Amino acid sequence: MPVDPLAPDVAPVAPTASSRRLASVPAQPGVAKPDPILVVDGVTRTFGGLKAVDVAHLEVARGLITSVIGPNGAGKTTLFNLLTGFDTADSGTWTLDGVALHGKHPHSVARAGMVRTFQLTKALSKMTVIDNLLLGAANQKGEGMISALLPFLWRDQEREVVERADKLLDRFRLGHMRNEYAGTLSGGQRKLLEMARALMVEPRVILLDEPMAGVNPALVQSLLGHVTALRDEGMTVIFIEHDMDVVMGISDWVVCLAQGAVIAEGLPQAVGSDPKVIDAYLGSHAADDFGGTP
Amino acid sequence: MIDVLLKVFADSARAAIGVQAAAYALAAIGLNVHFGFTGLINFGHIAFLAVGAYTTAIVVDLGFSLWLAIPAGLLGAVILGMLLGIPTLRLRADYLAITTIAVGEIIRVMVRSSAMEGLTGGVFGLQGFADEFFDVNPFSRGNYGVWDITFNERSMWVMTVGWALVVLTALLVHALMRAPFGRVLKAIREDEDAARALGKNVFAFKIRSLCLGGAIGALAGILLAFEAQAVVPDRYLPQTTFFIWTAMILGGTGSIKGPIAGAIIFWFVVASTEGLLRAGITHGWIPDWLLSSQEVAAVRFMLVGAILMALMVWRPQGLFGKREEVLIGAR
Amino acid sequence: MAPTSRLDHVEQSTSPVSHMVRRLILATAALGVLAVVWCPGLAVAQEADEQPAQSIGSSLQDLDDEPVAGVTITVATEDGSEVGTATTDEAGEWRLDLDEAGTYVVTLDVETLPEGVSLRDPDRPSLSPGVRVGQDKNVLFPLGDGEGGGIRQSTVSRLERLSNLAAEGVKFGVMIALAALGLSMVFGVTGLVNFAHGELLAFGAMLAWWLERGLGPLPPMPLLLAGVLAMLLAGLLGAAFEKGIFAPVRHRRSGDIAAMVISIGLALVVRYVYLILFGSRPDFYLDFRLQTNYQLGPVSLTPKSWATIVLGGVILIAVGWALRNTRIGTAMRAVSVNKDLAESSGIDVKRVITVTWVAGAVLAGLSGVLFGLSESVRWDMGNDVLLLIFAAVVLGGLGTAYGAMLGGLVVGLVTQLSTYWFPPELKLMFALVVLVVILIARPQGILGVKERFG
Repeated sequence: MPVDPLAPDVAPVAPTASSRRLASVPAQPGVAKPDPILVVDGVTRTFGGLKAVDVAHLEVARGLITSVIGPNGAGKTTLFNLLTGFDTADSGTWTLDGVALHGKHPHSVARAGMVRTFQLTKALSKMTVIDNLLLGAANQKGEGMISALLPFLWRDQEREVVERADKLLDRFRLGHMRNEYAGTLSGGQRKLLEMARALMVEPRVILLDEPMAGVNPALVQSLLGHVTALRDEGMTVIFIEHDMDVVMGISDWVVCLAQGAVIAEGLPQAVGSDPKVIDAYLGSHAADDFGGTP
Repeated sequence: MIDVLLKVFADSARAAIGVQAAAYALAAIGLNVHFGFTGLINFGHIAFLAVGAYTTAIVVDLGFSLWLAIPAGLLGAVILGMLLGIPTLRLRADYLAITTIAVGEIIRVMVRSSAMEGLTGGVFGLQGFADEFFDVNPFSRGNYGVWDITFNERSMWVMTVGWALVVLTALLVHALMRAPFGRVLKAIREDEDAARALGKNVFAFKIRSLCLGGAIGALAGILLAFEAQAVVPDRYLPQTTFFIWTAMILGGTGSIKGPIAGAIIFWFVVASTEGLLRAGITHGWIPDWLLSSQEVAAVRFMLVGAILMALMVWRPQGLFGKREEVLIGAR
Repeated sequence: MAPTSRLDHVEQSTSPVSHMVRRLILATAALGVLAVVWCPGLAVAQEADEQPAQSIGSSLQDLDDEPVAGVTITVATEDGSEVGTATTDEAGEWRLDLDEAGTYVVTLDVETLPEGVSLRDPDRPSLSPGVRVGQDKNVLFPLGDGEGGGIRQSTVSRLERLSNLAAEGVKFGVMIALAALGLSMVFGVTGLVNFAHGELLAFGAMLAWWLERGLGPLPPMPLLLAGVLAMLLAGLLGAAFEKGIFAPVRHRRSGDIAAMVISIGLALVVRYVYLILFGSRPDFYLDFRLQTNYQLGPVSLTPKSWATIVLGGVILIAVGWALRNTRIGTAMRAVSVNKDLAESSGIDVKRVITVTWVAGAVLAGLSGVLFGLSESVRWDMGNDVLLLIFAAVVLGGLGTAYGAMLGGLVVGLVTQLSTYWFPPELKLMFALVVLVVILIARPQGILGVKERFG
């Protein structure tokens, strides 16, 4: 993974070269895209009679940033939970590069190459920052109970993992906190830590659940830089975000959920001006949010 | 007066390094794997001691060699770990706590039932199965030790084996917890969803933790059964689990030497308190109307309860745990 | 549950009332630790402090756990010289003082057994127990139904036996449910799984026993009054647990698991204070001791059992109703669902928690009195039923009031009905097995709601 210490400070520009691939895709719910990595079909989930998620068809383009927006209770996080196996869908299928993931346990989904972060960060606060990252590495030989007792089996691998973790820490500017307990990090640093830890898995798709929520505004730019850098390295990023400025700024494609269903999707500007989307957000608050877009 | 106090001290020191303390240290090391490192609230640890001891005794009773019976006892604990894990590991922490006690009681009630008497000896249990163990006792007849702290050759042999096992299992656990394996357990202790999201099969790791800690607990059970040359169902009451918990928390959860130190201190404190009270009663320092010698045993339980409460309130990390890493009391 | 199983451990002899007074200072000290002033009426009535001598005795009960009176028992030394004869009293009890320790031969005169009652093991009318110095030895004569076996045959039809067991199950279930409801309510508002809940139950049972016989300077009183007072004082003890221990622990933000472990420690301390105060011997209330069964349809139960079912059932329904329809009930549910939200909407959360503790403890106290009435009063009765209470609560779903009631009934019915097919010694196990099985199928309990992610 290339190290790009400058990336965080580069202001994101949209649309990027890569997102031009989607320029000709019509802005309508469930539209087919060239080279999709994730394809979702007929996913539903009800809570006590209420449909929390009801996505008929959704394709996510490879190597781009797709934002999932929608008012509170639209089912964004529930959709994430379903896709990553943390919740069980009532019906539906979804595939990652053609491999079916529905009905898989969360750890299998992660191993298949799709890793998520959580809205409320799950920094393992009683472990050190470096241990948090080391945990993320996949296929560790020393995780077996017998092989753990035979260090010569895993020592070399461990060295590589530590190296990779240190690079990531530097990239996310957490290097100075390496040996501190993760519990001592600030809210924004925890978000960074969680993102770095997810990258240790080396996923093809990363799902970020409100990575900017509760983060000090000064850090937001840096976080956004990291997200675009991931895309530029070829990773597919799907993220939930409330702040419309952020969404408009860095997304290649925007999907809007309301009452569990995809009501609109398209290039950021197209979705931002879609009356259905504005309706979904309701009222003046929404109008303010969209004020900056033409 | 000084004589009496010295005698109490000697007795307490004997208790602190005796077989009971070694067995508690082993049991607490096992429990620490469950709770201290993996965060599993196992309130049915006594079941592992019972299954280890009973399986060993039964296999000998069936006519097999003791040296075959001991691995069988450990295997029994591993199987219990799996059986216990499959239904319970999906449960919330508080449900898990209650269910593990329940499983412990199910096993005790089953073992003591008359239906099982042919196999387990019912309420009377099984006796005299450890002859082969004492046949290889390298200590010749006599008393060993210094000053008033002496043991006969039989206790010396059980103690030597016991403390050797304590050291070996502590080293084993130390090695495991420093390896990536232990890293995953600790992650599960803190937030199993985070571990899942990173591709760790949490259920498989929890089962391994239950089996490993359970097998160490079974060693403790086997050791105690050897010492007594008997397994009796009513020695496996749930409160023994809480004694082991107290020893573990006293030393410090999630630390390697914590459970060992905890068990030693636990038995020293219990024995010295009882010794002082008994001495006080026999010498008339404590009037009989206040406390009779029959009631001293009750004081032990009150003392353990008070220690447990005080630790949880004021020092949940125990004596050797790291405050930052302690699961309970710091949330 | 069976008091007989512990008879061998009985070791104390002095009358529990004087016993208690003698331990006044210890009691004050121990309970002072808990910051509980629970017996304002304790007086200093020093009594003669007789040295405990050894004795031998037992209590005879038939298959329905009813006492068997008028049975003659002879005690002789090992070499055959007779020490004395005793006849069981209305409570089915007999006891002979012995001048010295040793092994004795105890013979039950089979001829004096009432009709329809026989020794379960007809070949063993004589037992030869050893009696230690100062011990109050209890011997055990298991009684059957006069058919020469422990299993009832022709006289009672299968249906009648099943329906009687079911009714016993409902009674047992109601008593468990009363305690379980309190535990569940406290869990709801505080998140605490209270391992000391059983001790509140035992407190109610024992306090009613003391009050009935006359506590300190108080005159003996009827059990009905004693029971009500005991319930109320159990509520006070519950408040003391909350104010003295669990509120400060919550204030320190120690967490639910720490509080649970603290409640385990508390239960140990309190239980063994009971042992010292009450003694290890099971005992009975004076009122409502001997009753003839009252038949209703296919079910034949003692009036006190009928009363237990009706009274307990009414109270359960009343509490369930109050939780839905009164202000404090609504407040309790609000605090259960979301403490912060409740606080910000003007509910006095501290007060609600205290009221919940008191209500839960009063229910536990009532359950204890009813257990004492239907079985016996024992120092460790709380510990004996604690697991069944847990089973009931978890079966129904932690924190759901109706779940606790339903769980109690399931536990009661399973334990009692299992004795139709299996030996009674396994009945506790069946309740726990049902618990484990249901949790495999529904990890959130029968009525509990699955937690929602995200």
